[in-house]
Amino acid sequence: MDLSYLWTGFSVALSPMNLLIGFVGCFLGTMIGALPAIGPINGIALLLPIAYTMGLPAESTMILLAGIYSGAEYGGRISSILLNVPGDAGAVMTALDGNPLARQGRAGEALMISGLSSFVGGILGVVGLTFFAPLLSGLAIGFGPAEYFVLMIFAFATLGSMVGSQPVKTLIGCVIGLMLATVGLDATSGAYRFTFNEPELGDGIEFVVLVIGLFSISEAMLMLEHQASGGSIIKIAGRTFARWADIVRCTGATLRGSVIGFIVGVLPGTGASVASAVSYTTEKRISDRDGTFGKGDVRGLAAPEAANNATAAGAFVPMLTLGVPGSGTTAVMLGALMLYNIQPGPQLFAERPELVGGLIASLYIGNVLLLIMNLPLVGVFSRVLTLPNWILVPGILVLSIVGVYSTHASMLSILMMLGIGVVGWLLRKLGFDMAPIILGFVLGRVMEVNLRNALAISGGDLSILFQSTISIVLWIMAAAVAILPFVLSWRARQVKATAPQLLS
Amino acid sequence: MKKLVLQAAVFGVAGVLAGAALAAPEKTECLAGAKPGGGFDVTCRLAANSLLAAKLIDKPMPVTYMEGGVGAVAYNHVVGKRSSDPTLITAASTGSALLLAQGKFGQYDENAVRWLGALGADYGVIVVAPDSPYKTMKDLVEAYKKAPNDFAIGGGGAVGSQDWMKAAIIAKSANQDPKKIRYVALEGGGAVLTALQGGHIKIGAGEASEMAKHHQAGKVRILGVMAPERLPGDLKDVPTAKEQGFDFDWVVWRGYYLGGKVSDADYQSWVDTFQKLAKSPEFAKEREERGLYPYTVIGADFEKVVRNDVKKFKTLAAEAGL
Repeated sequence: MDLSYLWTGFSVALSPMNLLIGFVGCFLGTMIGALPAIGPINGIALLLPIAYTMGLPAESTMILLAGIYSGAEYGGRISSILLNVPGDAGAVMTALDGNPLARQGRAGEALMISGLSSFVGGILGVVGLTFFAPLLSGLAIGFGPAEYFVLMIFAFATLGSMVGSQPVKTLIGCVIGLMLATVGLDATSGAYRFTFNEPELGDGIEFVVLVIGLFSISEAMLMLEHQASGGSIIKIAGRTFARWADIVRCTGATLRGSVIGFIVGVLPGTGASVASAVSYTTEKRISDRDGTFGKGDVRGLAAPEAANNATAAGAFVPMLTLGVPGSGTTAVMLGALMLYNIQPGPQLFAERPELVGGLIASLYIGNVLLLIMNLPLVGVFSRVLTLPNWILVPGILVLSIVGVYSTHASMLSILMMLGIGVVGWLLRKLGFDMAPIILGFVLGRVMEVNLRNALAISGGDLSILFQSTISIVLWIMAAAVAILPFVLSWRARQVKATAPQLLS
Repeated sequence: MKKLVLQAAVFGVAGVLAGAALAAPEKTECLAGAKPGGGFDVTCRLAANSLLAAKLIDKPMPVTYMEGGVGAVAYNHVVGKRSSDPTLITAASTGSALLLAQGKFGQYDENAVRWLGALGADYGVIVVAPDSPYKTMKDLVEAYKKAPNDFAIGGGGAVGSQDWMKAAIIAKSANQDPKKIRYVALEGGGAVLTALQGGHIKIGAGEASEMAKHHQAGKVRILGVMAPERLPGDLKDVPTAKEQGFDFDWVVWRGYYLGGKVSDADYQSWVDTFQKLAKSPEFAKEREERGLYPYTVIGADFEKVVRNDVKKFKTLAAEAGL
């Protein structure tokens, strides 16, 4: 296999400037991840406009954002373990066994074990990305409009069936995103839609405006609302070095978690929260013979941590090869590429090897940096948890407004960002997740344009959507992921129903 | 208000020859109606860098960006807010004339600004996949005539865009109704290339400078160049459409306009500056570096070109049923 793109990438990522940028990204990412309120999407949304306005080249910006992304997956565990509040969506499962460990006075050990499994997951994920992405990018040539459309159907099917416990709200979120994506110039007919004769709306709702509004502004409002933080921080006491026996015991869990995480990451539309949930439940099924999971089992800590870090790498596969985001965070990074006038898609590997290679190489370097940073400096990062809201909230608001104005330089953008933020805040209070909206927005444009292009090719004949092998496989997969959860829950109920009878 | 000033990266020490026939204003600015890196940016930088290199301006000319509606936001801004500002030139292209013809620049028409001049051009090309059985325009048009529904044509723009117009011209020369072409709206030349390679479209419409390198690398085959004469460089062996018996050109000029209320004296001084610029060796070098072909039309001649283009596009659009 031709891996020359990777060597080009290392020479890009190892330049002093990009190394520094990568370091800054990883450091900020860990802090952002550790803060309970802010996740990788917020971090990326806030820093993207700043990087863009500073005039950083595209590859440096991607290295910065990738550093934040992987750093946040490391940092999320800190507040899960010490505070029992997940630092980001991917770290929800980490709290289940991590926090009990910390309560037993083993916080230092828990942090080290989770740091190590994060590293293994991250590195294995990047290795997967290195070999898998060029393969898929070769396959991507076979993706015509019809295949892309079916791929989007599959993405929405995975999203609806896998994310969280509220599939209906997830789908409603997607639909909101789809609707927002129709504003602006219609890419097929060239007509203006829903622009109210406002030329600034001609290009649609700006991505940065939507992302910052939905994530940062609404987050700041939620933080204002919930002034008092509930949990108390557990001090890191006792031994800080994990027992060798524990590390060995975690090996299987870590490796399984990495593989699950990578695969879930590659699937378009699903992110770290799904990966860590799937790997935790899988691990529980495989290893939990004594019922120790949930009471401070190191394996229950290692599996989801390895998984969420592997997901971060896996999510880059569809983004770099097909131009389709694998998670909410990569959706934002895709928006970043478009800000630089770079059209993501199969030709990206051939046309911009320095960008793709630099990004992947920086993930290798970033994971090593993060391991080095996270083992001794974990005490420093845990201080972030004590950062008061009266610093954090105004800080987020200032960064949001400066960020949007510096990229689009228009008052309308800022007003829209604030309006979207208020709507986002209301939706979040109603229990909606914001990531499906972003995915709907990004995938919606791809889906619409490709459906219409497919029908343009066939002259309106729908059978083009079922013609190629790729489409048929994707249809079957979409049907499977849509139906599978119902089958599983039905089976689970059957088992539960029969269990008492067996006992009596 | 809506102005994002990113200082252009400019080299050289300015002001060595201060006072040497400085026709242009002391302070100048070029407005690009798109993101950095796009076509308008290239156009602005061509003017900014070559004016400075030829010492026709003293201080670097900053390039400012105002994206939206492929130049519509910038056009409205110039007409509405900076119509009498003699220091501002704004980048435009054939695409601007096309959008003006279709009324997509809002309430204003092509007479709302003063057209200064064009300093370079690109030309339309028709491409097919390298393994395509069609070797000439004639092959293609004949085959298209027989089975128009077998030919999906892809281009980097929506219906009504420049690439769509090229597709419509092909359809018309094959006596087909342009309304019925199977046009696939892709995002840019890279996507056209991928779609051709994957066999999803059979014909691609694009621009010469971008496709030339893919033609050279054997990734596409350019069947015809939509230029009045053969293009120099990589494409000197590719015949024009005209040579193959099809009378159609597609000139993508890259030019500039001034506000509509700029005085005749100021307009004339810009025209003089551009005339001088076009003759300087520094300019030729800058133009070549940006992959543009020679095309210099300045002043009244350029105003005529723009008006003719708008008129021509209005007819084309009406014929195509837009």
